[in-house]
Amino acid sequence: MTRILAFLARRVAATLVVLGVVAVLVFLLLRLVPGDPAAIIAGDSATTEQIAQIREGLGLNRPLVVQFGIWFSNVVRGDLGESFVFKKTVSALIAQRLEPTIALALCTIVLAVMVAVPLGVLAAWRHGGWLDRALMGFSTLGFSIPVFVLGYLLIWLVSLKLGWLPVQGYRRLSSGFYPFIQHLILPSITLSVVYIALIARLTRAAVSQALTEDYVRTARAKGLPERRVLIRHALANAAVPIVTVIGIGLAMLMGGVVVTESVFAIPGLGRLTVDAVLARDFPTIQGVVLLFSVAYVLINLLIDLSYPLFDPRIRY
Amino acid sequence: MLDVAALIIEAADPEAQVTPSVWRRLAKNWSVRIGGSTLILLALMSLAAPWLSATDPRLLDPVNRDLLPGASAPVVLLDGERVQHTFLMGTDSYGRDIYSRVLYGGRVSLVVGASVALLSVFLGVLFGLAAGATRWLEAVVMRVTDGVMAIPGILLAITLVAIWRASLWTVILAITFAEIPRVVRLVRSLVVSIREEPYVEAAVSVGTPALKRLYRHILPNTVAPLIVQATYICAFAMLMEAILSFLGVGLPPEVPTWGNIMAEGRLQFNEYPHSVLFPGVFLALTVLSVNMLGDGLRDTLDPHFGKRGDRP
Repeated sequence: MTRILAFLARRVAATLVVLGVVAVLVFLLLRLVPGDPAAIIAGDSATTEQIAQIREGLGLNRPLVVQFGIWFSNVVRGDLGESFVFKKTVSALIAQRLEPTIALALCTIVLAVMVAVPLGVLAAWRHGGWLDRALMGFSTLGFSIPVFVLGYLLIWLVSLKLGWLPVQGYRRLSSGFYPFIQHLILPSITLSVVYIALIARLTRAAVSQALTEDYVRTARAKGLPERRVLIRHALANAAVPIVTVIGIGLAMLMGGVVVTESVFAIPGLGRLTVDAVLARDFPTIQGVVLLFSVAYVLINLLIDLSYPLFDPRIRY
Repeated sequence: MLDVAALIIEAADPEAQVTPSVWRRLAKNWSVRIGGSTLILLALMSLAAPWLSATDPRLLDPVNRDLLPGASAPVVLLDGERVQHTFLMGTDSYGRDIYSRVLYGGRVSLVVGASVALLSVFLGVLFGLAAGATRWLEAVVMRVTDGVMAIPGILLAITLVAIWRASLWTVILAITFAEIPRVVRLVRSLVVSIREEPYVEAAVSVGTPALKRLYRHILPNTVAPLIVQATYICAFAMLMEAILSFLGVGLPPEVPTWGNIMAEGRLQFNEYPHSVLFPGVFLALTVLSVNMLGDGLRDTLDPHFGKRGDRP
């Protein structure tokens, strides 16, 4: 028990250090802008009083360390500042846009794992065969085709030529499950291709590695059906690296969300980021970048902590 | 004893490793052949753009708006001459020749890809070597790279470009900034494993100074993995540049880049899909050829390195 606690403490401490570095970096981002930070935070349309008010509130006349302290204590309390462009607090803006992004991300991950893991296992099983070579070719292609090109190709083919699915837009879950999922199919397929390429390649590598182990030979020697050898012996032992790459790939997924939401006109966090950048609304940009980064770090912490579920040999 | 140590150092001499057989193996690899020749062809096409396309990529022509691919129409050139011109890829909603813009757009992609690859490898090697050589610096550099890598690359690049306002250099710098941590981590991990090798220990035993060890024995052994990494970074940087342009935060819209052409064409995508699809295909083809080149280089130069799975 103490061992578990000691491990948890170590792992959480390491995560806190990374989060601290992220906070400093995101804080410093705004200080990289040439010019008066108060005027930059206020945006192009602000009045002189508003600028003075911001300067006072954020302590912009005081040393950088104090400024960071004020900003950080605000952030910890959930106050990400105010967007003068959208006339709302950044937290309110983010809360409004959260649902579409989470729906898209979850849909994409589920789809990617469901396709990539079986493909990777089969490719490893028939190492060097046609499926293996096709998969490796596909994954190089998947790494190369830009998300937005793929998105438009799919819209053109599936929505415009075949008329199977709606072209763009988003329906909230509260407006019914069918329209909700109907609007998510194309964006999720678009976004999942890179992710499938990544996960399938790693699954293939990890499972091929496991297939060379003695316990696989033993399992086959005692006459287990091939399906059971592949799933219970090879895949189970390859689970940890696969789960890890799903977590690491999230950074790529989050970047893809920004582009995909733009292509499919989904009013999520990615769309908000682009709108904020185009309007030079820096408090919102700062808030969204911070949110994405913190989510990435925390999800990867959870994945690290889940290793014992996948590999009973790992004990804390 | 000393002779043996000197012999080991000699055997690991970097110049001795660049044998003709490496070139021969590269020339025999199909990924290198296909990727390399496609890339060379695309580069030549964008370099020869002034001779391959009759019109200026920025020439606005209100008469010839939204022409379909293959349409032929009279155009007035910049010097006032009137000629019959065939628009191989049609025109956009300002009447600019998409074929010409696509050819010129290749220049931006190639320049951004190559510059980001060179810059991030150069800076990454600098930080990575420093981190691998000094213990206290290692802790600092690794924590900072952890932090930068936690920020999704596209978001970081978008933010930096928004801060600096977009130009060719700020786009290159912003993408480089997001890519450096990966090189730093690679170089550091290489240094940490190479410095345990017998030939480095031998160099220590004969009293080679630390800097010379770094330069003579460690650095040359990072070259092969770095070349491979550089090609992947080049491919990724081209994608990022196109994404920035496409989202409208990259280079100014009148500059012909593949992302800009698509951004302009997306408004009328339903009626005129060609202005999105042509540059899209060129972009995908270019990135694919660079990635194939990278795969081929990896398999030839260094079969143990980088299974691509560790690249977010």
